[in-house]
Amino acid sequence: MVRFENVGLRYGMGPEVLRDLTFSIEPRSFQFLTGPSGAGKTSLLRLLFLSIRPTRGLITLFGHDVARLSKDAFATLRRRIGVVFQDFRLLDHMTTYENVALPFRVQGRDEDSYRNEVIELLQWVGLGDKLSALPPVLSGGEKQRAAIARAVIARPQLLLADEPTGNVDPELAQRLLRLFIELHKSGTSIVIATHDVALMDQFDAPRLVLDEGRMRQYRFVHDYD
Amino acid sequence: MAHSRNPIDLSLQQQAAPREAYPWNETPIVPPDSISGRALVAVIAIMTFLACITTGAVMLMYASAADWQSEIAREVTIQVRPAGKGDVEAEVQKAAEIARSFPGIAEVRPYTKEQSASLLEPWLGSGLAIEDLPVPRVVVLKLTADAIPDLAGLRKLLSERVSGASLDDHRGFVDRMRAMANSAVAAGLLILILMLAATVLSVTFATKGAMAANRPIVEVLHLIGAKDGFIAGEFQRHFLKLGIKGGAIGGGAAMALFGLVGLTGGWLAGTAGGDQFAALFGTFSIGWQGYAALAAQILLIAAVTAGASRHTVNQTLASV
Repeated sequence: MVRFENVGLRYGMGPEVLRDLTFSIEPRSFQFLTGPSGAGKTSLLRLLFLSIRPTRGLITLFGHDVARLSKDAFATLRRRIGVVFQDFRLLDHMTTYENVALPFRVQGRDEDSYRNEVIELLQWVGLGDKLSALPPVLSGGEKQRAAIARAVIARPQLLLADEPTGNVDPELAQRLLRLFIELHKSGTSIVIATHDVALMDQFDAPRLVLDEGRMRQYRFVHDYD
Repeated sequence: MAHSRNPIDLSLQQQAAPREAYPWNETPIVPPDSISGRALVAVIAIMTFLACITTGAVMLMYASAADWQSEIAREVTIQVRPAGKGDVEAEVQKAAEIARSFPGIAEVRPYTKEQSASLLEPWLGSGLAIEDLPVPRVVVLKLTADAIPDLAGLRKLLSERVSGASLDDHRGFVDRMRAMANSAVAAGLLILILMLAATVLSVTFATKGAMAANRPIVEVLHLIGAKDGFIAGEFQRHFLKLGIKGGAIGGGAAMALFGLVGLTGGWLAGTAGGDQFAALFGTFSIGWQGYAALAAQILLIAAVTAGASRHTVNQTLASV
């Protein structure tokens, strides 16, 4: 599904923040992306959701070389990727329902065709009674669940989460992890960027470890020791 | 480090279906209050008003000039200059007879000595003894509406048979008036182009501000797979509404002004003031064609507003 070959990234004329990255993300896989602060996790996620282009190397996404893609092709590929951010990035002037329905609206779909689907998903993540609520009145956990719902409503093949539990309490973090696991079971590949070791310890999944821009990929959790 | 491999409790609380009406997609993706709408509407209204006034004024001027041209073109003048000791009065009558029998001449009016003197009064004062001055006598001819007379032939005939006679078809004056009317149209078009350019620049500035203010929204739209065309369309919809609103206000005010002045001219018709008004501005009625032109300008301004905003958004997104 995703393959990096000797990928490097630098911002401007500075040093490379990512160096010689070579790894792959398989379909229906689940992995954590971890490493110390400043290791390049967010930069790697930005490459994965096509927010930036690498300065060298090859990235293949769903069989496409991203270097050869047009802007519209980028947009089409992004629809197969869901992204969850630590700061949620909900649109404060739109209701919870409208935020979650936004991917469908952007695709130009008729509202009658997806209304029930959005409502069912919001009920599934525990926001069934918050359809009309605006994000500013939601709690941190509710916002994160709304953000996750928006990221998965269009059934992406790949879900990227950048510190999704960074702004929530440990109990809610556990619940969110369960949500991700449930999504993984339905066929979505999951990549969770986090430095929360306690979170990672709750689920047996490979860890992609970044250290000073380079990656070590572990197949089994116990290899991390 | 010990790792738990126990099954994870995935149960989540399921919420009951909401009792209230569902909140369907009604909110614009780009918040309307994030765009400085009032100021831009005011600018567009002013530009549209000035553009409509310019268009209406040019149309009035062109129509008046066309009327004058058609009136002048239907008249020619025979001038008979006194030649030595000959009888100028007899020469004038001879010229009038020749003109009356010439095809295409509807009316012949020789000016008497007193009438010729009155023509010179603005320059030479009243009580003028015209016999003492070698002043040409004038015969005014009105042409028929349906036939164009052979003026070259009439000119030749007069020069052969009437001593001191010449024919003036006012061609030079007509040409100057036509040039003036065309210049007014060109000036009006230039002013219109400048106003459109100013409108485009104002909208471009406002769009860039709107995009900067809504940058987080644009980023989210990109992340969920919105194409640049979709994003541009969201902004364009906003600015089209502003353009229509501003255009309607400015164009409507211009239409009302023309209507009011036209009515005022009608009420004053026949009075001394009304005659002066008509002498200066004509009928000041732009007719249905004029109002149609103003309505077309409103639509043009709205379209330019929408087009300028879409172009600016596309350019900005292309650089992202």
